[in-house]
Amino acid sequence: MSEENKDNWMIWEVFIRSRNGLSHKHVGSIHAPDAQMAIKNARDVYTRRSEGISIWVVESEAITASSPDEKEPLFTPADDKVYRHPTFYDIPDEVGHI
Amino acid sequence: MTKELSLEERFQQYVDAENKVEPKDWMPEKYRKTLIRQISQHAHSEVVGMLPEANWITRAPSLRRKVALLAKVQDEAGHGLYLYSAAETLGADRQALVKDLLDGKAKYSSIFNYPTPTWADIGAIGWLVDGAAIANQVMLCRTSYGPYARAMVRICKEESFHQRQGYEILLTLVRGTEAQKKMAQDSLNRWWWPSLMMFGPTDDHSPNSAQSMKWKIKRKSNDELREEFIDKTVPQAEFLGLTIPDPKLKWNEERGHYDHSEIDWEEFYDVISGKGKCNKQRMDARNKAHAEGKWVREAANVYARKQAEHSKQSAA
Amino acid sequence: MQKELLHYTLRLGDNALILGHRLAEWCGHGPVLEQDIALSNIALDHLGQARMLLQYAARQKGESYTEDKVAFFRDITEYYNLLILELPNGDWGDTLARQFLFDTYNYFFYTELLNSKDDHLKAVAQKAIKEITYHAQWSAEWIIRLGDGTEESHQRVQKSIDDLWMWTGEMFTMDEIDQKLIEEGVAVDLAPIKEQWHQKVAEILDVATLKKPQDDWMQSGGKQGEHSEYLGYILAEMQHLPRMHPEAEW
Repeated sequence: MSEENKDNWMIWEVFIRSRNGLSHKHVGSIHAPDAQMAIKNARDVYTRRSEGISIWVVESEAITASSPDEKEPLFTPADDKVYRHPTFYDIPDEVGHI
Repeated sequence: MTKELSLEERFQQYVDAENKVEPKDWMPEKYRKTLIRQISQHAHSEVVGMLPEANWITRAPSLRRKVALLAKVQDEAGHGLYLYSAAETLGADRQALVKDLLDGKAKYSSIFNYPTPTWADIGAIGWLVDGAAIANQVMLCRTSYGPYARAMVRICKEESFHQRQGYEILLTLVRGTEAQKKMAQDSLNRWWWPSLMMFGPTDDHSPNSAQSMKWKIKRKSNDELREEFIDKTVPQAEFLGLTIPDPKLKWNEERGHYDHSEIDWEEFYDVISGKGKCNKQRMDARNKAHAEGKWVREAANVYARKQAEHSKQSAA
Repeated sequence: MQKELLHYTLRLGDNALILGHRLAEWCGHGPVLEQDIALSNIALDHLGQARMLLQYAARQKGESYTEDKVAFFRDITEYYNLLILELPNGDWGDTLARQFLFDTYNYFFYTELLNSKDDHLKAVAQKAIKEITYHAQWSAEWIIRLGDGTEESHQRVQKSIDDLWMWTGEMFTMDEIDQKLIEEGVAVDLAPIKEQWHQKVAEILDVATLKKPQDDWMQSGGKQGEHSEYLGYILAEMQHLPRMHPEAEW
């Protein structure tokens, strides 16, 4: 931490579970010096209208993201694997719902 | 050179097809810079915009109004924060953006350089200033940069109470005593023109607009948004029984819009350049808060570092 | 209407109102956006509690009274908040030190008020205790952070605690109003609260590497309507508009 920004708090990504039964969802970020305050800041910033019942905070720097440059090798190979989808298989209507 | 050009072309095609741009996607450097400038200006406006209203929290004339106003001004802080977060996804640093504001290098919405001498101003700000802001923000919910659009969706949801809060204040005043009615009319007189200026210069004087429209950062021109706002607001003023301070304001059947007098752009540029009643007061307040908060922010960092070292030691 | 109950209700309501007022002064001026928002949330909690309590006071006073009439048309000698709450905010350390000292008291106080035989006060306590529990945790964390932060923050917050100390004694003083209502099972006996408070404050200050001041001479009077000069300015600001237009609705 340089002299210049020693009063700069680090960034945390905030994930909120809006109710039980749903996953935590990314809602934005906040600044905080530590995890304890990050949770409280996330609470004050992102749940003022009862939007959540559970909060995750993660240091932004700790997140590893896939690169958009790798989008094709990462994701296009899945596009032609149509046999992973139920509609790939022909079942006569008479059989009913499967 | 050819390759760079083709990347830009591909980007334009991608945006033209109404696709959203996300943080790590390739984008023209100028797109990134334009966004950082616009989003941070927007964030600064939210934060500076807290001041003219916050100065009435301790003077709100009923407890119900007091809590509503405090919650509203607090929302503005939240909105500033969502916007700084969106700018950070583009690689900007909040502290550096704030420093630009404090050094007078970054702009914020000039409307907040006008004073709020009476309680009716709190009504007028909610109704007109937030109304104008909402027109702009609804458009920005469809902006091409994903994090900005998402911040706007959240902001629009929260803003809806702000305008109603303001309108209700004025409605109560115009149904009240003579002094209250006068207060309401006086505030409309002062806020009407500055509110129209909030949409920015006319289209032919707005040099950056065309590129922003092309990139779908902006979706409507300044004049279009202004016209929409006027058309929506005039009937609301009529319902209040208040007179909009523009003798030339008249419905134009042919155009399907209101005609109005020329806006005094000289005033607009004067206030931007520091000649508003409150420019100095607003910047002094922001500078003071930031300077006096330094030791607090530093202490919290040092404490966090000590704690992290403790837990490392006890783990070892 | 019972005179003692009304006075007691106003003490609690005025505590919440005056502290809410002071904290609201921070709005727009906090050290960082996140904490501006945090402090506004706490101010809103206090103002919410103030409204419930002043509505109850208005009911006790009679049909022509409302929460606003009680808040805006009482003079300084009819306000019964603790003196510590009307002091100016000072810097972040002063404000947080006051929060910590008062929140800790308020936590033990409201925990006990949950057992009140007065249904209204009990209902207020049931709602408020969740907020107050959060406040007490939040301000204690800040005191630890500032106390064990930098050399500067340590010195500043130690001075804040030292300066505020003489205003803490009033939290535990009891007069005939308390005595009467304690007998009826309505009010909180402050003697055990004092012990709990001292223990908790000592514990947190120790973690914060701060010194707990010695109890010496203490200020008092707020609960009986004998105030410092500061409250007059708060009321002038808060009340001027409704008083200028006494017949108006807002």
